[in-house]
Amino acid sequence: MRPRFELLEPALIERIIDEALQLLMEPGIKVEEPEAVALLRGAGAVIDGDRARIPEAAVRRALDTVPRQFSLYNRAGVETVRYGSGNVHFDPGSSGVSVLDPVTLEARHSQAADLQRIVRVADALGSYDAVSTSVVCHDVPTEIGDLYRLFVCLMNSGKPIVTGAFSPRGSGIMLDLLAIDAGGHAALAEKPRAVFDVCPSPPLTWSEFACRNIIDLGRAHVPSEMVSMPLAGVAAPITLVACIVQHAAECLAGIVLNQLAQPGAPIVWGGAPAIVDMRTGSTPMGAIETAMIDAGYAAVGKSLGLPTHAYLGATDSKVIDAQAGLETGMTALVGALAGIDMISGAGMLDFLLAQSPEKLVIDAEAIGMAQRLLRGISTPQTTLATGSFAAAGLEGRFLELPETRALFKHEQFLPTKIIDRTSRRAWLDAGGLDAFGRARVRVDELVARPVSAPDPEIASALASCVRAAGAPFGLSADGVLPGV
Amino acid sequence: MHEVLFEAMRQSVIDGDPAASSSLAAEALATGVPPLDAIDQGFVPGLSHVGKLFGEGELFLPDMMLAARAMQKALAILEPELKRLATTRTVVGRVVIGTVKGDIHEIGKNLVGMMLSTSGFEVTDLGVDVAPERFVAAAREHNADIVGVSALLTTTMAGQRTVVESLAAAGLRPQTRVIVGGAPASQAWADEIGADGYSEDAIGAVTLARHLMGVA
Repeated sequence: MRPRFELLEPALIERIIDEALQLLMEPGIKVEEPEAVALLRGAGAVIDGDRARIPEAAVRRALDTVPRQFSLYNRAGVETVRYGSGNVHFDPGSSGVSVLDPVTLEARHSQAADLQRIVRVADALGSYDAVSTSVVCHDVPTEIGDLYRLFVCLMNSGKPIVTGAFSPRGSGIMLDLLAIDAGGHAALAEKPRAVFDVCPSPPLTWSEFACRNIIDLGRAHVPSEMVSMPLAGVAAPITLVACIVQHAAECLAGIVLNQLAQPGAPIVWGGAPAIVDMRTGSTPMGAIETAMIDAGYAAVGKSLGLPTHAYLGATDSKVIDAQAGLETGMTALVGALAGIDMISGAGMLDFLLAQSPEKLVIDAEAIGMAQRLLRGISTPQTTLATGSFAAAGLEGRFLELPETRALFKHEQFLPTKIIDRTSRRAWLDAGGLDAFGRARVRVDELVARPVSAPDPEIASALASCVRAAGAPFGLSADGVLPGV
Repeated sequence: MHEVLFEAMRQSVIDGDPAASSSLAAEALATGVPPLDAIDQGFVPGLSHVGKLFGEGELFLPDMMLAARAMQKALAILEPELKRLATTRTVVGRVVIGTVKGDIHEIGKNLVGMMLSTSGFEVTDLGVDVAPERFVAAAREHNADIVGVSALLTTTMAGQRTVVESLAAAGLRPQTRVIVGGAPASQAWADEIGADGYSEDAIGAVTLARHLMGVA
């Protein structure tokens, strides 16, 4: 039995969807892009200025064509992430603007080399099913910031990639980069390696860029992942349930747009909502209520048969301390038990502003434990215990039974040395380091491993594409490309 | 000359396969392989390999225990032949080992005993819940160079001091060395009770015992 965590009664899920459908009509959705408006009008929406009132029939048609499952493929073309399969996947959080310096503990502006380090760490750790465009590269021209991050991922990892575009132009070139990697646009559409985050704006708004993005991605048959982010009490009503309703309305509108552009295009019911701390106005990602909104909207998405995503496993702490550990572990566990297909957020600190490879290696252990919990308690032997006692007798020398050796790795998740389970003396002998100290050592070990680089001709084609895109913005035509 | 057979012996211990190790031991006897060579070139390297990988975190407690069992099965077949030929393994030292009175934990003690016996020590394991007088009697009977005393509990570790004192009262100190181990023990504790050494783990216990025997 797979352990599950349910926050919402089926009847409440129905009410949530019903109210979300009502919101699509009144007040309607703000849609800021002409083609999106035209598509919606064609589907029966009533257009009133930049406001679209989307009827339920249009939503139902879109829900009929949206895929229930789709997969992401690694560089070798192997299907490794299965959205909608019931498996829970994890990837590092995206788009931090700084990294935690592991020595000075300062948050400094992230650069391409930092992204490279993060990607290589995530590539090396089995807990991560995908890498992500985790930080902004401040040493790269802003105009090519989005595509450059994807380039760094493609050059340093063979895993699927969670990414996103900053502009329509960037989005187009990013699809070109992925096509080079996949061996053509048709190959890319058949075996997508990346999913693109697309963010509606709270409340109930699809900006010009977000509309453009979700239409273009749909037409290219590239998976998109909606990141709806109601902020309870500020950019959404205060109650958790109302945030779940708003999330549903924003995502249903996105699905309508996406499916109108390309029926059958893969799209994910995702988000990064948060409560708002009424003392500071901050949006805590480590709050339990934030995780509850996520688990709630995921249940709504699942009731519609849709692949799901959420931002969990992050912390608001500025350093890697007890707060970081407890917020990360608790929220990752909520997401795992809610059965969310892709959980982003590992490695992130400070309201998703900062990334840390050290946190990434610690979080990998929390993810390992959460995945172990999801495997539940199994019955691998014909008897539950009597057979073991028949073999070991009352003396109980279980350690010497062949079954012990055969089964312990299945029964137990074996953490790395990040999790200290040695004696106090052994711990002291190893330097007496805390988890952060051990993580610093481990990051250095992981980045020293051989890079999972693409074939030289692919690498060279990717670099040419990036140089061409960056030339108008001051990227050197033949200089060193940072982070690769 | 028997490298293929020795390799199979090593592998049988690494696999923790007692059926394979005992049939290989029997094969050695049947084909005239000297039993001492079978032990020293066949089975012992297998166990050393397992011990090394355990120390490096690559193998685990069940691997160690099963390897030891496979080794024991092979020795049970080879040792009578060793006696008959009146040959003996070179003994680095004689060790009497046990868990103190009132304490029934034996995993750590068993590992130490196993590692010592495969490193050329002759080990007499007294088991668990061993009274001080049994340590003394066994030390005398086996002419022990070293007595190893294990305790897992803070409530039973005082028994390690009692063993040191009992050996002294019996006139066996300082020629019989005492080493202590177990979760609550430490070098400071060993110093306090007048023991000759302490080790954190089974691998270290071998180093310690060799050092006490004056072997590098």
